[in-house]
Amino acid sequence: MYYNVLKILKEGLNDNKGWKKTWQNPEIKKKYDVIIIGGGGHGLATAFYLAKEFKIKNIAVLEKNWIGGGNVGRNTTIIRSNYLLNENEAFYEFSLKLWETLENKINYNAMVSQRGVLNVFHSDAQRDSFVRRGNSMIINGADAELFDVDKIKSIYPFLDYDNARFPIKGGLFQKRGGSVRHDAVAWGYAHAADELGVDIIQNCEVTGFKIKSGTCIGVETNKGDILANKIGCAVAGSSSVLMSKANMNLPLESHVLQAFVSESLKPLIPGVITFGAGHFYISQSDKGGLVFGGDIDGYNSYAQRGGMDMLEDVCEGGLALMPTIGKARLLRMWGGIMDMSMDGSPIIDKTHIKGLYLNAGWCYGGFKATPASGWCFAHLLAKDDSHSLSENFQLDRFKNGYMIDEKGQGAQPNLH
Amino acid sequence: MIIDHPLLGPRDASEFIYLGDASLLNRPNWDEEKSEDNFYKYLYLRENVAGMHKELWFHQQGDRSWLVISRNTVTHEIFKVELATELKKNMGKSND
Repeated sequence: MYYNVLKILKEGLNDNKGWKKTWQNPEIKKKYDVIIIGGGGHGLATAFYLAKEFKIKNIAVLEKNWIGGGNVGRNTTIIRSNYLLNENEAFYEFSLKLWETLENKINYNAMVSQRGVLNVFHSDAQRDSFVRRGNSMIINGADAELFDVDKIKSIYPFLDYDNARFPIKGGLFQKRGGSVRHDAVAWGYAHAADELGVDIIQNCEVTGFKIKSGTCIGVETNKGDILANKIGCAVAGSSSVLMSKANMNLPLESHVLQAFVSESLKPLIPGVITFGAGHFYISQSDKGGLVFGGDIDGYNSYAQRGGMDMLEDVCEGGLALMPTIGKARLLRMWGGIMDMSMDGSPIIDKTHIKGLYLNAGWCYGGFKATPASGWCFAHLLAKDDSHSLSENFQLDRFKNGYMIDEKGQGAQPNLH
Repeated sequence: MIIDHPLLGPRDASEFIYLGDASLLNRPNWDEEKSEDNFYKYLYLRENVAGMHKELWFHQQGDRSWLVISRNTVTHEIFKVELATELKKNMGKSND
């Protein structure tokens, strides 16, 4: 089904009775060329690019719950490419470029809105590090601007500029950053993949791998065994649990990250703003709710809910940055399970088991990476060779010493 | 979460900082033949279980003791809290 304006007008006159399902509910085949485990953003994007760009047919996506119920529907919807290290920045800039043309490619309104991302800084030292980061962004083909206080005041007059402890000294701005309707990303990729013949199978949990003499030939699921030539795992916070079924320990810890939404307010915040003295980021959705978040709770968790102490910490950061939100009431909060890696950077790689591939370790930056992650993972699955932009995201880099440690925190996942 | 400290009684988890899997107590010997591989596994690989997890917590805003806590990572229920020093002694290793 192709969505366009004529179709909307026609259906408007037709009582909206002619719409078909956004994706089908197909029968499971006995064998596929490629199985993707995980029907989140990354898994669905992988399936879409496999079919669209790499012309692979006969693909299945297995999702243990329903499409859009995991981290792709649990994030704060921010897209940006403002990293320091070349390995990350080139990859995330590729992702941002894919976001810019995504809606036409998948024929779905994902509400991609490049309303700008501002990182404020509060000291001379922090300014220097942000300037360095901005230069790294520009070198890698991204856009970055340094804003002085007057410029920020003209766009964001409601910030607390004279905060005694954390006065705002300026900010690093990326105009092409912004936000995307996250559910629509899952639905749009599912729709587009389905159009290309990908079988999207919901409520299908993988319970084991069929491994014969070092080669993975299929999966065991609650809906029976399914064979495949290649199997790609993209299950984010559940990666360690899944890969333990292939007797693998991963360089990951699973942590809970909370997100919060306020009641709907009139337009207040024209973009994404991050606090430089604590961990706090905020934007306003098109429905008017303030969408904000902070740090992970800090201990291993698979609970998809967090503690009140982190809520307090996030709100303290928010009030230090913009006291005006103090009167807004909190409407909803939820948690998602992050696959925190040992250097804060992701993994897109083969495993030591032939036919078994891994996409994991997105920490809490996975949403913005969705298109590039899907593209690069599809490249790896189709060609058995890493895409040049993800060739550094190797599983064995921890053994070989090629860590990509953006924050320089070492092997301490809850600090990345 | 409330952590029932063996010496101080129930304390709020926000007083503690978290280090990670208690397997970090089992530091490999440096002079073994496979020590390079052992240290790689020790430093970077985790079981990361969904379920019962033994983990190290530091009572930073309290008596600054290290605790080994047995906790369910799915429900956050805490089953056992031990002093890491006691545990280490019982493991027959020096208190380092």
